[in-house]
Amino acid sequence: MGDFINIFIKSAFIENMILAYFLGMCSFLAVSKSLSTAFGLGLAVIFVLGITMPINWLINEYLLVNFELEFLRFIIFIAVIASMVQLVEMVVEKFSPGLYAALGIFLPLITVNCAILGGSLFMVSREYNLGESVAFGLGGGFGWFLAIIAIAAIRERIRYSNVPPALRGLGMAFLLTGLMGLAFLSLSGIDPAVFGGWSPAK
Amino acid sequence: MSTTKAKVAEQEPLFGKKEKALLRDPLLDNNPITVQVLGVCSALAVTSLVYPSLVMAVAVVFVTAASNLVTSLLRNTIPKAVRLIVQLVIIATLVTLVNEALKAVNFPIYKQLSVYIGLIITNCIVMGRLEAFAMANKPWRSFLDGIGNGLGYGLILVAVGFVRELFGKGSLFAGSPIAIQIIGPGENYLIDTATTGQWGNTFFGWYANNNLMVMSVAAMFVIAVMIWWQRARNPKLVDIS
Repeated sequence: MGDFINIFIKSAFIENMILAYFLGMCSFLAVSKSLSTAFGLGLAVIFVLGITMPINWLINEYLLVNFELEFLRFIIFIAVIASMVQLVEMVVEKFSPGLYAALGIFLPLITVNCAILGGSLFMVSREYNLGESVAFGLGGGFGWFLAIIAIAAIRERIRYSNVPPALRGLGMAFLLTGLMGLAFLSLSGIDPAVFGGWSPAK
Repeated sequence: MSTTKAKVAEQEPLFGKKEKALLRDPLLDNNPITVQVLGVCSALAVTSLVYPSLVMAVAVVFVTAASNLVTSLLRNTIPKAVRLIVQLVIIATLVTLVNEALKAVNFPIYKQLSVYIGLIITNCIVMGRLEAFAMANKPWRSFLDGIGNGLGYGLILVAVGFVRELFGKGSLFAGSPIAIQIIGPGENYLIDTATTGQWGNTFFGWYANNNLMVMSVAAMFVIAVMIWWQRARNPKLVDIS
């Protein structure tokens, strides 16, 4: 349990997917214009990351490594992610047509969201076990969610400010992301082990 | 008579105006990163040094050009419903090729780029060009479009890497055969800021490397400044959102 919380905190705050590794920047920049859409996309990313990570872990461990098929890793991972995104798309369309219409093109684009594939590849290169990869998926998704709603809220406000014309929109988004990244850097001093002693059983 | 005339009209030059525009436009006015905002993801983290950025740029040019070509050749046979999956498989295959080749040719740089080579698969610029261009155009033009967009992307990557390495580490092309130490404390730098009596110390004794540039957030600032400069020169590119 301690390990689970460690990795969750670490991947959500200290090694944030967007602000430390710049994964998923395309949809991050494109969808962060309004808070409600950003909220929906953030939730979808948490969900897809949380599901694909353990599935990819199982496939990698029992199929690819076992049969020495590691060179097929990219294709298999992206196929799993594509089918999971399709699933999420169908669920969202059925239960929340408003959100489905608002997300539009960006829901299928989660497939090519680097955060998802990047999460799976990081999981392999850091040699996580199954529990750790679930924690990494949920934590990474949560960090992504936090970052996109934070920047969407700032961008909604900054529309009323007097920004130089050439910096409006995209330029400001880059600057703000950089500043937020600097702010999140200050969290890197936290030792996640302090949460390790905590467990609900005690 | 009329058929031969039509044939002549149909024959397009191999390097006409349109073909040149396909190569030139993505470099500046329709740049994948600063204007189309595609493919920012997998690249920013590799730009702290010029050499890995250069390798990454070459890999991306290869993948965009080859995937555009293959998709354009297959465009009439791909069913619309499964086109995304087909495109992903094409891209993933090409990226796997690049990955294995790089692993064999230059292992240190492969280690350094780690997951970011694999992330070319989800680089929006590759998929974006397939959807926007290769699915509707002939192979030769699609190939040129791929080269152009890959180069536009690589240009920004190398430019960011150049600024970050020069001001962050005082060197250029570190890790490659043509590495140069430009400015810093020590005799192996071109401008030696530490040794008293050297001209470098007299004029640049105050100089220190900017540690912000080594951090990954610096890439955001550098690109923001590039966007600012580009849009100030060409106000047509400004979007109000």
